[in-house]
Amino acid sequence: MSQSTTDNPHHIDVKEFHPRARAAIADPKVRQNFRKAMDGLISKRKDAFEGWDLEALRDLGANVRLRALANLPDLLEQLEKKLTANGIYVHWAIDGDEACKIVRNICVARNARTVIKGKSMVSEEMELNHYLEERGIEALESDLGEYIVQLAGETPSHIIMPAIHKNTGEISELMHEKTGTDLSNDVEYLTASARQQLREKFMNADVGVSGVNFAVAETGTLCLVENEGNGRMTTTVPPCHIAVTGIEKVVGTLEDVAPLLALLTRSATGQHITTYFNMISSARKPGELDGPEEVHLVLIDNGRSSIYQDDELLDTLRCIRCGACMNHCPVYTRVGGHTYGTTYPGPIGKILMPHLIGLDEGRHLPTASSLCGACGEVCPVKIPIPDLLVRLRQESVDGDKLNPAKVRGHGAKRGSVEAMIWKGWSWMHARPGAYRFGTAVAARLRKLQPGKLGGWTKYRTAPKLAAKTLHERMKERGQ
Amino acid sequence: MADPIKVYPPKPSHVYFYATCLIDMFYPDAGMAGIQLLEREGIKVIFPEDQTCCGQPAYTSGYHDEARAVAKAQLDLFPEGWPIVVPSGSCGGMMRKHYPSLFKKTDQEKKATEIAARTWELTDFLLNVCHIKLEDLGDPTTVAMHTSCSARREMGVAEVGPRLIGQLQNVNLVEQIRAEECCGFGGTFTVRHPEISGAMVSEKVDALTDTGAGAFVTTDCGCMMNIAGFAEKNNKPLEGQHILSFLWERTSPDNGGDS
Repeated sequence: MSQSTTDNPHHIDVKEFHPRARAAIADPKVRQNFRKAMDGLISKRKDAFEGWDLEALRDLGANVRLRALANLPDLLEQLEKKLTANGIYVHWAIDGDEACKIVRNICVARNARTVIKGKSMVSEEMELNHYLEERGIEALESDLGEYIVQLAGETPSHIIMPAIHKNTGEISELMHEKTGTDLSNDVEYLTASARQQLREKFMNADVGVSGVNFAVAETGTLCLVENEGNGRMTTTVPPCHIAVTGIEKVVGTLEDVAPLLALLTRSATGQHITTYFNMISSARKPGELDGPEEVHLVLIDNGRSSIYQDDELLDTLRCIRCGACMNHCPVYTRVGGHTYGTTYPGPIGKILMPHLIGLDEGRHLPTASSLCGACGEVCPVKIPIPDLLVRLRQESVDGDKLNPAKVRGHGAKRGSVEAMIWKGWSWMHARPGAYRFGTAVAARLRKLQPGKLGGWTKYRTAPKLAAKTLHERMKERGQ
Repeated sequence: MADPIKVYPPKPSHVYFYATCLIDMFYPDAGMAGIQLLEREGIKVIFPEDQTCCGQPAYTSGYHDEARAVAKAQLDLFPEGWPIVVPSGSCGGMMRKHYPSLFKKTDQEKKATEIAARTWELTDFLLNVCHIKLEDLGDPTTVAMHTSCSARREMGVAEVGPRLIGQLQNVNLVEQIRAEECCGFGGTFTVRHPEISGAMVSEKVDALTDTGAGAFVTTDCGCMMNIAGFAEKNNKPLEGQHILSFLWERTSPDNGGDS
């Protein structure tokens, strides 16, 4: 799997979460950039849903996604048939490497040397840019945020706003260094400079690669949501368009798209609708003046079908990639996207990535949450993210004999000392007499209570045991 | 799909009081305050002696066999059909929202589901079942409130605390910025990810201190020991109190109404 290739310049050891988190927390720039950006997004989302029955809309969104997932195999077949009938080539990839190979083979067959890319998190998951570059094919990001991230040699820190970790000053310096633009805090000037450089690339690119937000089975339509027009350019200017997406992105009908789109743009950026909404249903037809000669869709599995096998974990696949969970996550806001070391950061990353990279590699992801529930509360399709985090915690310690763990790499976090502590804890708390005796003794010996309790007392004073437990006081009261 | 609508029971003659282990060992005064508030409403409070812990610490840590063993020991404590009241959104949430799935496909499933359905967060119970009317006997004061995430999101009682405090005519309730943001407690999260938790509680203490109140009340002892513990260690002028202690102290003549 491409996530685990060692020759990738972006390769990050996901297990090293703690040092990255410590560094991010100690970096005031990271803290400020994310806090400011997330505060803005939270308030925009709130305003955008003003006057809507949000709960009813979220119920509808969840039901649309659940229905699509319930019929996933049939819908995928229907989608393939319809797309093929429309003249779009459909490819299936078991993982990122296979998907990369498919894209490359199409490029090779067309003698393509340059690829222009619209924003696509699935292509990040595939590590497509790196794969193509290594094989002599230039891949240039055209989404402004992705373009900045690519210039910096980084990965996206947010699934909707890839360069959100940088402020204007940092972007200006980066562009000055890499492309020779003047140093400036004028966002319009910087955007115009990038646009000018990208325009030229669009005109000369041999292939355009994009993602897909919704693939409609009934009509064979690929829907693409974007704001900059680069998605439309990517999918219409080069002679060949390759769309890449996960197998879960399929929905039944165009009617299904309406509520999901209403939820997606409002949840993501607080927009009622994005500037562009592309619906692609075929290559250029005879007599048409523009559009690509050839359109391909690569459908990638990469662990999704194993998620699909489990009734509870299945909910992970409802996701429409709006990013609201990370915008509202107090952990993500503190540590930023790069700390996770995964393609998808934040709450959705914590429940999705363990399936893509294994729970051994992603062992710290499910624990990096206070289970505050903000993510589940804002999720437009009501994914019970906190419950899934608890489920993955159970999987990572093999903690439930009744429901044996099954996610790849399960049990990797089970330590014999910790397991013994919980066994002891459980023994005492399942025996009321032992509990009463133990707590009463602790209350008597409270003066001996240690003043240091690991990570707790690094930041806080130790909680103080009461002189008498409530049990004792109720006993004295005669109850 | 939508969460089931809460249907409040009529005011009962008796309730079971489930204290929670944190209150039992660290904050028994908050437990006593809750019991006294209930008794003042004319309700007979039963304190099952064999109660220990709801099992949540092991549950959220992934040790579900261990959590189930502890939770199972609680299921027999409530034989009559009376409501079970819990002075915590977190432990209440564990019993109300997670017991049914924890005992799924076991012999205890039916009992766990039945118990979950009659578990109530105590302030919610006082306001919406007892329809409590509070008479403020205390001096004028200003206080901030932090509602725990589980009280807010699992038990859906975010409005309850402010409404109860709103009945106290001498209390000025001030709202912190980002009131809905987590304080960084999250049980074992505080020791598994101490720096992240520390950053969260640090900002929460700032938000509460910036209200100028100097004191805050909360629905949950976990948040309280986190927020007040950070404030104490870092010499911030912020005191914490469980909302039940606060309500009882201000309305009980025995206390001279002192807050």
